[in-house]
Amino acid sequence: MRNTLSWSAVVTAALGVSTLLVLAQQPAAPPATTPQQPSEIQLVISGEPGTPPRYAVPDFVALSPDVADIAKTLGQVLWDDLNFEREFYMIPRDTYSTIPVARTPEAVPFAAWRELGADAVVFGTVQKTDANTVRVQVRLFNVRARQSVYAKEYTGSATTPRLYAHTMSDEIHQQQRALRGVARTKLTFASDRNREKVAGPVQNRDVKEVYIADYDGDNSRRVTTNRQLNITPTWAPDARGIAYTSYRRGYPDIFIALIYQGLQETPTNGVGQNWLPIFSPDGTRICFTSNRDGNPELYVMNRDGSNVRRVTNNPAIDTTPTWSPNGAQLAFTSDRAGTPQIYVVGVDGLNLRRITTNDSWADRPTWAPAPFNEIAYAGRTGPAFDIKVYDLASGDTRLITFGEGSNESPAFSPNGRHIAFASTRGGRGTQIYTMGRDGKNVRQVTRDGNNYTPSWSN
Amino acid sequence: MRRATIVLMVILALVAACAKKKPAPVASTAPPPAAATPAPTPTAPPPRPAERVEESIPVPAISEDAIGNRSLEDLNRDSPFRPAFFGLDSSELDDAGRAIVSANADIMKKYPTWVVTVEGHCDERGTAEYNLALGELRAVAVKTYLVALGVSADRLRTVSYGKEFPFDAGHAETAWSKNRRAHFVITSK
Repeated sequence: MRNTLSWSAVVTAALGVSTLLVLAQQPAAPPATTPQQPSEIQLVISGEPGTPPRYAVPDFVALSPDVADIAKTLGQVLWDDLNFEREFYMIPRDTYSTIPVARTPEAVPFAAWRELGADAVVFGTVQKTDANTVRVQVRLFNVRARQSVYAKEYTGSATTPRLYAHTMSDEIHQQQRALRGVARTKLTFASDRNREKVAGPVQNRDVKEVYIADYDGDNSRRVTTNRQLNITPTWAPDARGIAYTSYRRGYPDIFIALIYQGLQETPTNGVGQNWLPIFSPDGTRICFTSNRDGNPELYVMNRDGSNVRRVTNNPAIDTTPTWSPNGAQLAFTSDRAGTPQIYVVGVDGLNLRRITTNDSWADRPTWAPAPFNEIAYAGRTGPAFDIKVYDLASGDTRLITFGEGSNESPAFSPNGRHIAFASTRGGRGTQIYTMGRDGKNVRQVTRDGNNYTPSWSN
Repeated sequence: MRRATIVLMVILALVAACAKKKPAPVASTAPPPAAATPAPTPTAPPPRPAERVEESIPVPAISEDAIGNRSLEDLNRDSPFRPAFFGLDSSELDDAGRAIVSANADIMKKYPTWVVTVEGHCDERGTAEYNLALGELRAVAVKTYLVALGVSADRLRTVSYGKEFPFDAGHAETAWSKNRRAHFVITSK
């Protein structure tokens, strides 16, 4: 019985692969009779009981000259991406030197990988198909079963090897862990890295422009080019638009950059001064702060600027909104009790309640995506700020940064497992970092100039 | 022939009046009466518009003119205005702050064509997001006091820069106290 099961597992695995395979190089397998075993289960590579599976990602194999750099990048970036979610134990790449390099999938030295403790190993190749185009093939092998459980081929520009690796990582996380990875997500933030000064009657003021970068900080691109103050960018849920605050007219107003079209929207139509825009989770509305009625209040408008509705009505400051995942509530900052504190309110302005009580200053609430029922914010701890996470169900607050520099402006990743934030901890200005939602795995994302107020794309 | 001359002179006067009105900051004042007046009757006395316009210009003392003649950039670099300072997380003007704003109001009255933007700024100890609103309240508090002192609201703009433009880049109270400020910028004159 045991033998039969393991044999059928092999057949099922092979079938699963052939459906995934773009390579289509395996002969069609005979119909398998394994009704009780869904193929997904067979495809998942497990580790030793109680431990995460151990993955190895060596350099990809360069099948044509002049792609050696790409081959190395593919392996390194895929290793980093798979490491980021901490679902696998990633075997360090500098321990692979004793393993013979395979040039074909048939030559993968499973015994040697097993000796290194690998449960899974990636085998990939890259070759030029013409001057500017590469073909990348990748397989994920179950080392024990010596079976390919995932195989893909990508063809495209030779200038984007990191994108192929990011795509593989997201697909492997989805297939192996049913997890939505973040390898293809991007961050947007404000930066003074161009070291320009604002033109105008007052000298020596730093230009800030909106930038985007991959989640790991690579591939950064400037979005705005008006040499004024452009701050607090936030992504539209479609990851194609960025709403931000710009002073290009001499006062703060809301602009939306459609980054892949090079177009710009101005939804507020010149009414009052407006800042800190944030899209509703369905992308149809924007909540923002405005002084149009005399002091900073929260408003909600449709994305095109129509149907403006006032949410708060209080002589104190109401600002820095964030949407609940279902779009029915907002969290925001108000000093109506004398100091800046975090409140939650319905989008209709009803059912207000205060959630922070032990902070002398709390700001930039950011609501976690489902299923995490949490709000992260920056709370003053001693002379500076730390990132805290408030659990809406229990009312408990946990500290996830610990006084290294000042830590502000938390932003959740779309899968809710990570938080980007701005910190002075490195001693070289303010930089963007990411960390796990438990505060572990802190990684510096930016290094050039000062960088502020990150937002994480879907 | 005589009528044509008078009409021509009136037109010239209108042009001159419009040219003089142009730098006014906003269109809240009534248009010049002449603009609403139809062509004058032949019996009207010959107007002397050019002289009348000249008379309406205030002639500042020569010693004061040194400031008035400077470019906006020079004026703001070595500004006659002093910034008003605030306490931590406060948008209330204390006695010292009111004295400074009062002195600035006197300067604005001396140069009635100047339009001033009151900028609200904060120190780095607050969060970037909240400080945008705090700076707004600081700028509005100063504008409110200036208006109470008799400065026309038409001549005042407000803007908050939060903690984006510190005056002193330092990281101690000596810098912070300078950065929690309402900064006066002459935006036209």
